[in-house]
Formats: sequence, structure tokens, C-alpha cells
Amino acid sequence: MTRNEKKQLRSGLAFTGLWVVGLGAFTAYPVVASLYYSFCDYSILKSPVWCGIENYQQLVHDDLFWKSLRNTLFYAGLSVPLGTAVALGLAMLLNCEVKGRSFFRLLFFMPSIVPVVASAMLWLWIFNGEYGLMNGFLNPILGLFGLRGPAWLADPSWSKPALVIMSLWGTGNAMIIYLAGLQNVPRELYEAAEIDGASAWQRFRHVTLPTIAPVVAFNAIMALIGAMQLFAQAYIMSEAANGNGNASDGNPERSTLFYSIYLFSTAFQDIRMGYASAMAYILFLITAALTWAAARLSRGRSDDAF
Amino acid sequence: MAAILPAAAAPVHVTYWEKWVGFEGQAIQTVIDRFNQSQDRIVVDYYATSSVDRKTLVATAGGDPPDIAGLHEQNIATFADAEALEPLDRFIRAEGMTNEQWLSRYYPVYAGICSHGGHVYAGISTPAVMALYWNKTLFREAGLDPERPPRTLAEFNDYAHRLTRRDPATGRLTQVGFLPQDPGWWPWIFCRWFGGELYAGGRVTLATDPRNVAAFAWIQSFTQFYGLDNVKRLASEFGPWASPSAPFFTGKIAMVFQGVFYDNYIHQYKPGLDYGVGPWPEAVPGVTDFAMAEADVLTIPKGARHAREAWEFIKYVNSTNPNARTREELGGAELLDYLQVKISPLRVWSPYFTDHNPHPHIAMMRRLASSPHATSVPDMGIWQQYYREVISAFDRVRLLDATPAEALGYSQARVDESWERYRRSLERHGQWAALGETAPQ
Repeated sequence: MTRNEKKQLRSGLAFTGLWVVGLGAFTAYPVVASLYYSFCDYSILKSPVWCGIENYQQLVHDDLFWKSLRNTLFYAGLSVPLGTAVALGLAMLLNCEVKGRSFFRLLFFMPSIVPVVASAMLWLWIFNGEYGLMNGFLNPILGLFGLRGPAWLADPSWSKPALVIMSLWGTGNAMIIYLAGLQNVPRELYEAAEIDGASAWQRFRHVTLPTIAPVVAFNAIMALIGAMQLFAQAYIMSEAANGNGNASDGNPERSTLFYSIYLFSTAFQDIRMGYASAMAYILFLITAALTWAAARLSRGRSDDAF
Repeated sequence: MAAILPAAAAPVHVTYWEKWVGFEGQAIQTVIDRFNQSQDRIVVDYYATSSVDRKTLVATAGGDPPDIAGLHEQNIATFADAEALEPLDRFIRAEGMTNEQWLSRYYPVYAGICSHGGHVYAGISTPAVMALYWNKTLFREAGLDPERPPRTLAEFNDYAHRLTRRDPATGRLTQVGFLPQDPGWWPWIFCRWFGGELYAGGRVTLATDPRNVAAFAWIQSFTQFYGLDNVKRLASEFGPWASPSAPFFTGKIAMVFQGVFYDNYIHQYKPGLDYGVGPWPEAVPGVTDFAMAEADVLTIPKGARHAREAWEFIKYVNSTNPNARTREELGGAELLDYLQVKISPLRVWSPYFTDHNPHPHIAMMRRLASSPHATSVPDMGIWQQYYREVISAFDRVRLLDATPAEALGYSQARVDESWERYRRSLERHGQWAALGETAPQ
């Protein structure tokens, strides 16, 4: 190593050293430690006692583990495609040359910067079965068929769909990324397609979509990871809509008991950190597998399209 | 001259984490100020802390806990078994008392809350006791005597039906006599009210005690009587319990079981409400003055730097001046409870606290708190899990998704499993035997 290279190394270490220490202490160590704890009977204050794969064995037989996983996959399965479609649709509309375009872009982006707690309180009222905006809109239509809107968050059958609908409120971030992607589609491709007689749908299907496929894949994967970790909205809204004090149990009837909520109550209410660590690793593996599958799927699709 | 005098030792600063803000926070701050002024060795510094239980746990694990943590009573057994709390036994001994002597100063239900596994882990900061609240105006409208609450379960059921109103055109509920889900915080108490046990003879008895099943059948009977859709629609109209649109304040519910603190909220959100407060109706023949009690507690986390000084403050807040004849003479416990408009957990009340108490129903609350039939949460380290299972069964039963036996049976199986796992964990850590005869077998 030359003297100059050594100097550069020192400078590099000086600039990154603090960050590397921080990463090691606050990210790498907890990640490795929690893997160890997942094989222990550990309650945070007492010394961990090695118990082998007992935590993982218990997970297999834990009804709530499966229920929370089903709830989470249901939410992710609906919210990710729906959120992708809505965000992409909005981005395409806002990519058109219309009057007041900047204003509309701002308008649709703004909800995504509203704090989670504030938006949760707002949506609690929107989903109020009796006075809520949602049923105020739905009831006149449903009334024609002798039906009426559900109690949403207070109804076990509708509480998860309510949270899916609410998730669309925060599509502003994805919309901005799609917008950037759409603006990067070469105009000459559209012109060539038009000359070839392609319809608007064909231009979208064979020009727009393949070009922004990596952006779609990125957004979908990020949305999937976010959906698998859903916590704050469900935690706040299920308790506020159904009471039950400090139960943190996804009421009513555990219909909104998502994986992260169950993990949280196991760790911080039951003080079973070993079991919670095992849950965290299972969630990591599931999310990694789904992300890998989504990435492979999107790669295949974009290759086909081209 | 001044140079040769020894410098006065600097006072020890005791950190105190507590959940209260608002008027309850102001009340404890007044008590702290009084304590700080009463001596010159200790200064208590108050920090209002949200999610105080979780933060205390993490801070204790990190070796930097507060000196005093204001927890909930249901935290005590779990935290004590997790070795997160300092037993107060040695401090009590230093006062020249045994644990039994110290605890005998409290009403029995609060003495039970302070101890776990044969040790004292907490002092009471704010006690609560639950009573029946009824809307006298709605009683009058239903042709009931507003000064005579239901005295038996049969009367309570009859009143609940008579106090129910439906829209003649649509059949929709406009008012109910009683709804078990409001406030829905303590569904387990209905089991105890029916004489059931949640834990007995070394076993979880949620589903095996027929009185618990009867209690849940009673809960379900309200949904069956009102109609599930009607209940859902009416409940959609309820605002948060501490708001002007709470159902008891808007007259949508005529009778609720609520705590001693409820009067504060009535005066805040529905001043002028004509209401009464009475004992729980007799559900088990001969068991009068049944009541549920709970409390916020003061604890010393393991590893606290100033445990002895923390104890001095806990002792102050759990002592009284039995001869107080003015507000200024009130002892720590009574001053705090006076300012928070609540009862004292101690058996001896001073003349001033008794006669000038700002709570309009203090005599009734004292009667219930001192009742031999007052009860609190079971002293179990897995109570949080148990509680969630009871809530789950409660939801399934009230929403008619399961029979009481099915719902309780499922929950019991889960709690049994949790209890077995918990016992195994205590054995692994060598604690099961240490709990001695007090450990649930």
C-alpha cells in the first residue's frame, strides 16, 4: 500500500468509522443477539437460558401465530396490489398536461406526510358505522338494495378491509416515485407506437409498463415489506374503536391482530423476549421469501414485456 | 467561622417516572413539593412518562432505571417474576414492622395488590374502586325510583330491560339499560361477580368453573335481547368514554359499572348530570357490597441508584396523619387522594379527609373499598396473557360467534398452555421453588 493509499484509507476510516461503530452497536449486534435469544428462554432481565428450538416448536402450535400471520398476509395481499394500482393510476393522471397539475400533485401527496396517529384518528371517524363519511357515502347506494354500510372497525369481518382502504391514503410516496419513472419514459417510444397505430391501452401495456417495471417492482417490494410490518394504524384504531383498555389484541375478535402487534405484546407485555425474537426471525424469513418471489416475478414479467 | 463548619450534604435527587399528566399530574406534583419541603435530604424529581411500564422495563434491563416507577397493579407479578422490581421487605423491616403489620394498614384488597409471592413490591399511589352508576333521569322516565338502584341480579336485568328504548318505526335501539361492552375493560370481573374463580387449586378455572360460564351466558343474553345488528349500530354512536359523547353522558346507556374516578369525568364532560352511585347488585345470594378494586402503584425498579430515598417517598405517599383537621395537615396518601378526588387505600382516615372530601359519593366508595367482597386481578405473572384471552372470549360471546362454553374453553386451553410454559420458565431460572408456598401450584 502506497503512502497515498494509506492516507486515503485513514481518511476513509475517519469519515466512516463512527457510522460503522453505530451500525455495529445498534444494528448488527441486536440482529445477531436476537438470533441467539430466539433459542433461549429470555425475559430481558434474567440471564437467557438456552432452550434449543423450543420457541420455534411452540410457534408451530401457536394458534395466534397463525392467525396473526393470516391477518397480515390478507392485509398485504389486498393492500399491495391495490396500493400499486392506485398510486400508478394517480401518477399517470398527474403526468398528463392538465391545468393546476402542480396543485393536484401536492394535494395527492399531502396525506402521506400526515402523522400516523393523526390520520388514524381521522379515519376512525370516517369509518364510524353511524356517523362516518364512508357509510354516509355508501348508505344511499346500498339502501337501494335494502342494505347498509358495515360497522367497519367494530365488525370482525370488515376491520381488515377498512385498514386496507385506509392504506390507500398513504400512496403519495409511491405516486411520486411512479411519476418520476413515467417522466423518464422516452417520448420517441410513444411516438413510434402511435405511428404503428397502437391504442392508448397498448401504449400503456407495451411501452409504459415495461419501461417503468423496475420502479413498479421497487415500490411493490417496499409496500410488501411495509405491509408485513403493519403496526401503528392497527394498534391505535382497533383499541380506539373497540375499547378493551390496554389489551393490544387486535379487537374485535383479534381480526386486526397483525403479526407485529402479536410480536409486540409477546415482547413487552408478556416479557417473552426469546419467543418474540423467534417470531421476528420467522417474519424476516417470510418477508425475505416474499420479496425474493416478487423480485423474480417482476424480472420475468419485464423480460417478457420486452 | 463559616469556613470551619462542615458543608451541608447535597440532597439526593430521586427520579420518579409516572404516567400522570393534567390534574392528576398536578396533584402528585403538589404532594412531591410537600415531601421535598418536609425534609432537606431528598428531592424527588417528577417525570411524566408515557408507556411507563415498557420504558421502566427497558431502562431496568439497561441498568439505568428510575428510582421510582409508577406502574399499574397488573404489572407487579409479571415484573417481580422477571426480577425487575426491588422487594420492599428490608425497608419495611427497617421501620420496625413486619410485612404483615405494614400491609394491615391498608384495606385488604389493596394489601393484596401490594404483595406477590410473600414479598411486598409496591405502595399504592392511587386506588380505585368500581361501583354502579345510574342515570336518575332515565330511571324516572322508565317509571323507576331514581333513588333505588337494583339490589339483586334479577332486578338489575329487569331494570336493564325496562330502561331500553327502541325507535317504534325502525325498531332500532335508541337507549339501553346496560351494555356489558361499555366500558369493556374488565370483562373478567363479571366472572368474579357471579362467584366464579379465575384461578383456584393450582389450576386455571376460566372454563371449568360453571359460574364463569354463567357470567358469560349473562353477557351474551344482552346481545340476544337487543339484537346483534342493533347493538353494533348503537355502539357506533358512542364516543370515547372520556368525552362529552360517551354513552352514559348522552343518555344512551342508563347503567354502567365505573370507577371512583368517573365522577371527575362526569363533572368535566356532563356537569349537571343527575346520577347515582351504588353497590354492585347482589349476584350471589348473601354476597353484598361486591366490588372491584384496582390501583396505580409505586415501585422501586431493580438497580435503582437511590432505593432507600425512593422508599422514603413511597412511605410518605402511603402514610397518613390520622388527626388531620385541615387540608394542610393531611398526610401524603390523603393529600394525593384528596387532590385527585379519590379514596384512600388506608384503613384509617383523618377527620378532615372524611368530612371534607370533595368526592360526592365518598362514603359509598369507602364502603365498597373496605368490603370483604372487594376483589382485584389474580396475582399471576401471566395475567396479561390471561386478560387478553378473557377479552377474546368476551368479544366472541358478545358478538354471538361462540357459545360461552366454547369461547371460554378455547381461552382456557390457551391460558393453561401459557401457565405451564411460565411455570417451566420459572423452574429454569430457579424461581419456582423460591416462591415457596405462595407460588400457585
